[in-house]
Amino acid sequence: MPEERIKLYQLGTFAVGNRLLDPDERTVQSRSERSNTLTSGHRACQGCGEALGARYVLDAAMRATEGRLIAANATGCLEVFSTPYPESSWQLPWLHSLFGNAPAVASGIAAALKAQGRSDIRVVAQGGDGGTLDIGFACLSGMFERNDDVLYVCYDNEAYMNTGVQRSSATPPAARTANTKPVGDEPGNVFGQGKNAPLIAMAHGIPYVATATVANLHDLEHKVERAMELHGARYIHVLVPCPLGWGSASKETIRLARLAHETGLFPVIEAEHGEVVAVTKIRRPVPVEEYLRPQKRFAHLFGDPPRTDVVARVQAVADRNIRRFGLLEVD
Amino acid sequence: MRRQLEGSQAVAQAVARCRPQVVSAYPISPQTHIVEGLSDLVRTGELHPCEYLMVESEFGALSAAIGASAAGARTYTATASQGLLYMAEALYNASGLGLPIVMTVANRAIGAPINIWNDHSDVMSQRDCGWIQLFAESNQEAVDLHLQAFALAEELSLPVMVNMDGFVLTHAVEPVDVPSQVEADAFLPAFEPRQVLDPDDPVTIGAMVGPEAFTEVKVLMHAKQMQALDMVPRIAGEFEERFGRGSGGLVRTYPYPLDPAETVVVALGSVLGTIDEVVDELRAEGVDVASLGIRCFRPYPLEEIRGALCHAKRVVVVERAFAVGIGGIVGQNVRLALAGLPVPVYDVVAGLGGRAVTRRSLRTLLADVVAERIEPHRLTFLDLNHELLDRELRRMGERRKSGPHAENILRDLGVVAAGSH
Repeated sequence: MPEERIKLYQLGTFAVGNRLLDPDERTVQSRSERSNTLTSGHRACQGCGEALGARYVLDAAMRATEGRLIAANATGCLEVFSTPYPESSWQLPWLHSLFGNAPAVASGIAAALKAQGRSDIRVVAQGGDGGTLDIGFACLSGMFERNDDVLYVCYDNEAYMNTGVQRSSATPPAARTANTKPVGDEPGNVFGQGKNAPLIAMAHGIPYVATATVANLHDLEHKVERAMELHGARYIHVLVPCPLGWGSASKETIRLARLAHETGLFPVIEAEHGEVVAVTKIRRPVPVEEYLRPQKRFAHLFGDPPRTDVVARVQAVADRNIRRFGLLEVD
Repeated sequence: MRRQLEGSQAVAQAVARCRPQVVSAYPISPQTHIVEGLSDLVRTGELHPCEYLMVESEFGALSAAIGASAAGARTYTATASQGLLYMAEALYNASGLGLPIVMTVANRAIGAPINIWNDHSDVMSQRDCGWIQLFAESNQEAVDLHLQAFALAEELSLPVMVNMDGFVLTHAVEPVDVPSQVEADAFLPAFEPRQVLDPDDPVTIGAMVGPEAFTEVKVLMHAKQMQALDMVPRIAGEFEERFGRGSGGLVRTYPYPLDPAETVVVALGSVLGTIDEVVDELRAEGVDVASLGIRCFRPYPLEEIRGALCHAKRVVVVERAFAVGIGGIVGQNVRLALAGLPVPVYDVVAGLGGRAVTRRSLRTLLADVVAERIEPHRLTFLDLNHELLDRELRRMGERRKSGPHAENILRDLGVVAAGSH
């Protein structure tokens, strides 16, 4: 009888509360002692990827630091929905200063803690893609090059959602935003270079850079834990779908984040001191169309006539990522 | 002990005596020597424990100071000119959050045209940013004000700006008494923050506030600043008691005490030294003139200024900045203090972009004012080169594409200086 080699895949790993796992391997989130750092009652939209991401990141960081954590937050959705006066969802010491200065504020906190000899307390800074890649970029780069002891987390939802969905330098090509409307010869966002924040972070040679999505929360928690084992400047870039800005159903947040990875559009990687040390492989690449179709921000690509040419260009971006980062799993 | 010191070095040493735990800085002339001095003191270990952050911009410098202060560290930074403007957003944030940061502003002009020399355009552009604003007349006063500034800032939980004239003070070498560490420690207690980021007692700082409470939060800021009107003289008094020299306070008059004088000259900063010399000269000649120095511009000591000026026949405000499109800035504030009184206020703009304010020019000005050759309520520019202005105005009238002002005037200046026209 001819032998057929088959490979079995664990399909349940995305489930957060997987009780089949050994207790040590379960997520922070499925543990009764989780800190609920961003606690319930905040005003995020249904299906908000950022709220989900922030909760996982901070609970994991709180666990790693045994609750000795201070957060600096950039202006943006996360700040607005978590602190509507007179309420606050934050269960840790939390400071919001301005839109473009969270990395510098965090550097200042870290410097103060060092001078005060409170080395047990760690610092995390967080912001959206606009606050991180655009208006806060100089401060971010400064924090990186000084190697200040800060973990910066960017929750990337690919546009300025808080102000009404305007384009940022993280907005993907062809996406509709309030100022890249699907009108004219080249509907949607331009095909430019954009800004690849993880690669730029890596170019600073900082101890740790990672990307993650809210589709794989085990992976996200693992990366936060790894980051907190290290000192110096660390950067985690989390893809967080936004139902409002992307024009997707609330229930699609996790699936879209997974598709972003499986198409190759969002490479999930890990790097230390400027070198890639791990990539999350794609078992079976998904055509980008499957990712683009459920999102109204790409609806103009599937009208009459369909813009197969534009979809092909997006596919080329994904294919390039797959080649560049070696994302394909080789059996 | 009095020693010959550059103003910046003296301030650096005074700041170090205040034991800041975090200093964040970005280079801009003419404040660089101050933070360079502090960098040395941190590197040699003389100032310890202290973290010195060399950041990527003034915006970053003040932002790092905001984080450090919120984490309970005594925090210092310094800037000037364009740097202060680049900080603008963070200035309002620091005061809005009530963080007791102390910052030296080495006052310098603002471009365009770019100019590195002294005037008060920088601080005046940010006069309403919610920071307490103190002005030093001399390097000794600059040193003393920094100790007082930390005491004031931490007592009120508000940021304080110490203004000292760029180059005129920062780069001037003169005898200065920098308090010893023992003296400074005795004057300035350890920082006990009103609010601090602490995992043992987690608080949210910087929450969003809507119409339901925004006014009340802002009114509290104002109330705290108004408290400084009592606190500034009290701290200056404590300082004088301990160190035996008067510095700081809300206003000062010359001669002291001020007898009602016919003409009172009002100014801020180092130009008061020159003004007082002219006052001496004119009084010796029988001219009834005196001076009023504003040492604390925000909060604005309205009552003290009104009290000092209400008996004057006229008030001459000599200011090193002006608001384009309206005129004097300090002048407007002085008029507010004199509201309802029949005292004419002359707005005189002097010393812009480092132009020297000389005794001779001030004497001419005051002679013109006393003889009523200058109209009150009309903006006067001291030592204005009318010929240069007229040439450019003529050129603009003659042709549409007349070119950039600054370059045209510089070219003319060369021609005028060469005497070839």
